[in-house]
Amino acid sequence: MVNTKVTLCGIELDNPIIPASGTFGYGYEFAQLYDINMLGTFSFKGTTRDPRFGNPTPRIAEYAGGMLNAVGLQNPGVDAVIAEELPKLRKVFHKPVMANVSGFSVREYAEVCEKLDGKEQIGWIEVNISCPNVHGGGAAFGADPVAAAEVTSVVRAVTKKPIILKLSPTAADIAAVARACEDAGADGISLINTLPGMRIDLKRRKPLLANGTGGMSGPGIFPLAVRMVYQVYEAVSIPIVGMGGVCTAENVIEMMLAGATAVGVGAANLVEPFACKSIIDELPAVMERYGIRNLKDMIGGAHG
Amino acid sequence: MKQVTLTVCENTLLSGDVYRLCLIGDTFDITAPGQFVNIKLNGFYLRRPISVCDWELGKLTLIYKVLGHGTNAMTALPPGTRLDVLIGLGNGYDLSQSGSHPLLVGGGVGISPLYGLAKRLVSREIEVTAVLGYARAEDVFLANDFRALGVETVLTTVDGSMGLKGLVTDGMAAVNDYTHLYTCGPEPMLKAVYDACRTGGQFSFEERMGCGFGACMGCTCKTKYGSKRICKDGPVLRKEEIVW
Repeated sequence: MVNTKVTLCGIELDNPIIPASGTFGYGYEFAQLYDINMLGTFSFKGTTRDPRFGNPTPRIAEYAGGMLNAVGLQNPGVDAVIAEELPKLRKVFHKPVMANVSGFSVREYAEVCEKLDGKEQIGWIEVNISCPNVHGGGAAFGADPVAAAEVTSVVRAVTKKPIILKLSPTAADIAAVARACEDAGADGISLINTLPGMRIDLKRRKPLLANGTGGMSGPGIFPLAVRMVYQVYEAVSIPIVGMGGVCTAENVIEMMLAGATAVGVGAANLVEPFACKSIIDELPAVMERYGIRNLKDMIGGAHG
Repeated sequence: MKQVTLTVCENTLLSGDVYRLCLIGDTFDITAPGQFVNIKLNGFYLRRPISVCDWELGKLTLIYKVLGHGTNAMTALPPGTRLDVLIGLGNGYDLSQSGSHPLLVGGGVGISPLYGLAKRLVSREIEVTAVLGYARAEDVFLANDFRALGVETVLTTVDGSMGLKGLVTDGMAAVNDYTHLYTCGPEPMLKAVYDACRTGGQFSFEERMGCGFGACMGCTCKTKYGSKRICKDGPVLRKEEIVW
């Protein structure tokens, strides 16, 4: 028998698989397809203080290695999430869920996290300082260590829940940003968010996405994600949620060898609705193939 | 929604750049005309959402127009090809609103889902009139299939090479009374049909999609009753909720 359990910021997960924010809604679409309680947990749709429609459409494009999205943090706002989404989720998901939070000011991050702090369904708060699809917030905070530390310490002050800072691959020195978050009180780091890209429509001779740019995800960014998780693992001692293009159980193990304690699965959920179930189902056999008894022993295993 | 493997049994050119793709396999989760399926194609990351034209137990008919690389690749699928397909996506048309004499208005490849709708309305012994709009005579497809159902069919072409010369709204003007309107086609056509519509109606919209089942928020539109996902809350919207 193999053991797939890992511990993320003090909370044990049955397995390290975490559907990534923005690819799993608030859980119900997938709960209709399979028992989502088989997941380690999942990170719900990025939530802001106020309701957001998001960007105009088209919001979706494609490339050989995956897709681009410019959804722009569409969500009903934190009050509606607490009043409507969490009670609905309680009926289908009985594990602690990861709340994903975004903001346009340091104060907004704090307000949203403070409201979520009292909710016992929430196990972790993932603080997104890396959304590439909104202006004046998101990635601006993740681009530089000082701003990232400021968000971290403000959020730290309003919640006792573990906080996981979600970083952008566009940061000039992602290891420095991760260290700044750790020093400011972060309990974990998640990376990578999507990578800004663009497609141009040859017929219209204009960017295909209404927003112009969109975040690249899918298997095409997997090597970049592995490299960055590897770098951040060397820079911090808090756990890492590694993500970016993961679509197989082997990808999960590779991400853990790079330094991830848990592994996010994003775009794969959108093209293969059963992607996370398949990965979890495959994990034991793949572990046996590679002679792995305890999956947690793989964390950081590729380092010196 | 269900993920199934379907086998191509026919993939033929109907007219212009419009093809009919017939698939054999489990269709049980398709519950209403106007729903769509999402097809995994080799070499493409995202699935391709295609409207259901018609279905029966064990057989699914799709009609698609070549619009880009994905639909172009579909034309090369030979009979026997096994496809990974998500079926039963979207809400589809609500037949219970039809009244005694519904009008169906379709433009171009948007005519496809109206065929499955017409067939089911006719089987309920409802008198159906259809206005089918095409660019030119050589683009016409399915018109004879509508007639074979016993549907009173008004055909329009932009260049006048077949049927009435003009747009579907010109065809609508030739129809006296109807109790409800069902439509599908390009958005400018839907807007013109909306403006000309004198009854309640159901409008099927198109949008670029990520997942097709409501998870990614890639195809959201504004309605009078808040944000809706074209893939999950649509593609069919009721006339009274549409915001142009």
